[in-house]
Parts: sequence; C-alpha cells; structure tokens
Amino acid sequence: MTDKKPKNVFQDGAISSEFIGNSIYKHQTKTSIGAHNIFLGQVRADVIEGKTVAAIEYTAYEAMANTKFHDIRETAFEKFELTCMHIYHSLGTVKAGEICLFVFVSSPRRKVVFEALEFIVEAIKADVPVFGKEIFEDESHQWKVNS
Amino acid sequence: MLITIKYFGQIAEATQTQEEQLDLPQHSIGDLLTVLYSKYSALQLKDFKIAQNQKLVGLDTLLTGEDIALLPPFSGG
Repeated sequence: MTDKKPKNVFQDGAISSEFIGNSIYKHQTKTSIGAHNIFLGQVRADVIEGKTVAAIEYTAYEAMANTKFHDIRETAFEKFELTCMHIYHSLGTVKAGEICLFVFVSSPRRKVVFEALEFIVEAIKADVPVFGKEIFEDESHQWKVNS
Repeated sequence: MLITIKYFGQIAEATQTQEEQLDLPQHSIGDLLTVLYSKYSALQLKDFKIAQNQKLVGLDTLLTGEDIALLPPFSGG
C-alpha cells in the first residue's frame, strides 16, 4: 500500500512533540510496517559574532514548495519500497530548541528507511524554496544558509 | 506583456516589496534581469535563482507571461 495523495506539508509555527507522537501512534494500524525512521530538524541557537539565534522565521514560495515536496514524495516512492511517508515543515516563527522539520518514513524492512530518509531530507534542503531568517536575541537578523 | 514578479526572503528585503506587476516588452529572463537590476541596485549584490511558472529557468529562457519568482538560497529544514 502506498500513500501518494497530496499532503499539507506546511504547519504554522513549531511542530509539537504531541503531533509527532500522535503520528507514530496512527501507524499502529498499518501492520505491514516493520520499520519507521524519523528525522527531526531542530532550530539551533547558533552564536554568530557574539549574538545568539533566538528563533528562525520561515517563509516559502508555497506553491512551488508544495510541488517540490510532491515531486520528492513521488521520487522516493519510486526509488524505495516505502509503505508511507510524511513530511511536515514549519512556516512562521520557530524558537531555538523547537522542531521545524519532521520527516517520517515507513517500510516493511529497516534498510530501506535509512536510505530513504537521507535521500528525502537532502532533497528538501536542496530543492524546496523555503527561506529561514535567523532572529537574534537583540531582534537583529541574518538570512540562514544551509551547509 | 504584463508579468507578475514575486520576491522572497532577502530578495524581498532588497526590493522592499513581495510582489509587483511589470509591463515588459523584453523577451528573455536576461532582459527582465537588466530591468530589475536598474530598478533595484541592491539586487546586484544578491545571489538568487529565477523560477518561471514554478520551474527554475536560465537567462536565455523566454518570458511566457507566467509568474516569475526571484528565489534566494534555499534554507529549509
């Protein structure tokens, strides 16, 4: 069983641990799954020239981003034997220590989910037009660059 | 040809606007860029990609009248 219908990827603000826990819980009915793998992106309190990042404010070209997320899903289902996959990304303000990206892949067997998760996360970082503005504690900002 | 141009992230900061419509006689993305560089000199220092109808395009691509977006480096996740 695949899970290919379009998803609402963007969430307003941080992704809560309750939401993540509930997502895991919902998969208990899908008993062909033998392995899940989860990536959680967390906002880091980087210190840059003596100033500490307090939050990241995310914006996106939403229409293109949703198309890209969809393409990544389709490619991942073609490349890997996945039972299902879910991607959630924050928009708006996410404070340091909070979760801004949640990727969840499931398969009958474990090896697939390790490879699939890395492929998906790297594709999101490279191909999806999302922009992070790092807000410092003194309310100045700089634009985040993915390394 | 009336074209909608969308600006994102630090590009929107440089142009001080998120979206505008320009009536352009020009034919290519490169021609459009020449117009934008003269309108917003701050853009010349910025790194960005250009999408037309949500697909990344090069300078030689012809304008179709569909939406254009100026996209700074992606930094999701």
